[in-house]
Amino acid sequence: MLDHLAYKAPEPKTIAGAKSDWELVIGLEVHAQVASNAKLFSGASTTFGAEPNSNVAFVDAAMPGMLPVINEFCVAQAVRTGLGLKAAINLVSAFDRKNYFYPDLPQGYQISQLYHPIVGEGEIIVDMGPGVARRVRIERIHLEQDAGKSIHDMDPNMSFVDLNRTGVALMEIVSRPDIRGPEEAAAYVGKLRQILRYLGTCDGNMQNGNLRADVNVSVCKPGAYEKYQETQDFSHLGTRCEIKNMNSMRFIQQAIDYEARRQIAIIEDGGSVVQETRLYDPDKGETRSMRSKEEAHDYRYFPSPDLLPIVIEQAWVDAIAAAMPELPDEKKARFVTAFGLSEYDAGVLTAEAENAAYFEKVAEGTDGKLAANWVINELFGRLKKEGHDITESPVSPEQLGAIVRLIKSGDISGKIAKDLFEIVYTEGGDPAKIVEERGMKQVTDLGAIEAQVDEIIAANPAQVEKARQNPKLAGWFTGQVLKASGGKANPAAVNEIVARKLGL
Amino acid sequence: MSIDIDTARKVAHLARIAVAEEDLPALAGELSGILTFMEQLNEVDIDGVEPMTSVTPMRLKRRADVVTDGNYQDKILSNAPDAREGFFAVPKVVE
Repeated sequence: MLDHLAYKAPEPKTIAGAKSDWELVIGLEVHAQVASNAKLFSGASTTFGAEPNSNVAFVDAAMPGMLPVINEFCVAQAVRTGLGLKAAINLVSAFDRKNYFYPDLPQGYQISQLYHPIVGEGEIIVDMGPGVARRVRIERIHLEQDAGKSIHDMDPNMSFVDLNRTGVALMEIVSRPDIRGPEEAAAYVGKLRQILRYLGTCDGNMQNGNLRADVNVSVCKPGAYEKYQETQDFSHLGTRCEIKNMNSMRFIQQAIDYEARRQIAIIEDGGSVVQETRLYDPDKGETRSMRSKEEAHDYRYFPSPDLLPIVIEQAWVDAIAAAMPELPDEKKARFVTAFGLSEYDAGVLTAEAENAAYFEKVAEGTDGKLAANWVINELFGRLKKEGHDITESPVSPEQLGAIVRLIKSGDISGKIAKDLFEIVYTEGGDPAKIVEERGMKQVTDLGAIEAQVDEIIAANPAQVEKARQNPKLAGWFTGQVLKASGGKANPAAVNEIVARKLGL
Repeated sequence: MSIDIDTARKVAHLARIAVAEEDLPALAGELSGILTFMEQLNEVDIDGVEPMTSVTPMRLKRRADVVTDGNYQDKILSNAPDAREGFFAVPKVVE
């Protein structure tokens, strides 16, 4: 089994400043909401969109005397995610308190894992196009509690607080600064999201804030980054700024581009970049300093006195490993090697696990390339036009598989297959039966085709003369015969007979 | 390590504890005393000694991933100084 197709690293993005060229260095901290029924430390529900403050237990509201009890499934989900990122799993990890005050954090601290995270170093291969990918190292993944939600626009003088999200489990997935441009950063989030969705450990819904990213950006002169990679010494890199809390791939790219240009302008003006937390304003297309966060950075971490360390057994980790699904890289590599697909097509088909499963059913026992063409071009094209996803497809994989087999066996032509697909899509039914009942079978009876060719040649002497002088015009006869047969004549056979009869 | 008055004032602010200016010197002195005691403990060689997390050999208690709690908005909000339409209402927080 192949882990990943062969690839080479992409070129880093360069930005031309007023005085020289600059390169970008980017690291991401992604907060992914753990897919679970109940919260990390309480039995309240994690359902999105409930009545405000209804999915809240006394633990989440930090009522006096309430103690956290960990949800074992959330721990398993973090381990599963770690295994999916080929990361080291720490059999002993522990929780710490991160202290700060904000209205949507009733405890006055977030329970997190600063000193002993549950997952250590791993990696993500970020695909940037066929044969091109960036290997991004993962530094760690830790478990922590989400905060609640503050709403500022419901009243001119008050903020409204909803604690439904308070205490929901998050995985903070921290990368090394291995990302070299805005597109790579977005592709990294996309690939991470894909892996999490394959694993079922986070639904990846960015709109609801279930996946959001803090982006660290710095700039350096060409050559400096390579020195950092050789020595792992950060002094070769520029001062970074952290852009907080982005939940759109487009904004991530825009924010990085703006922030890099801002830093370049400061440095080229003789100034120096101040390490700080910034916020991206999509309306203005710029980042601005979050001065309020500066003091809050003094988090006074200390080990949580309410929770013993999490000690897990290797056998438990092994059991999770044994039940892992096939991951996107492996699936894509298998589609390329087993079905002979292009890397691009394999990438499209494996983007979502549901799409890949659908394709495999269509391709079962027939031509994989032909099946891929039909799934991608006809089915996906049609579904996209109508705003449906694969789970809403009116054509089952069995039906589409039957259509592909009818083409492969030569029973129907490619053109008729499109009509057949349309019928199955709108009316449903068994494709083989429809072909039989509606007389859509391709005519391979050469005698019948010859008769039709003779008829058309006899009726059009002028065209015959033209075609003899310019053989390219023979196609006209093929067209006429196909038309007369209602598209059922085999085009290759017709071509050959037309050429022979005209003496070309 | 000794805690000066500025540090005491900052720690009090971070912890949102109101301390009168005239109480700060005494507080700084007490905090310094605590830290001096900690430094004394630091003299003990604990190389190779595992941190003790419990006095009895206990395993972290775990819960199954089942919804067993919640759905009492009225109780959650009952102590709130101000609540509207199911939300806690707090003085405007501007970012």
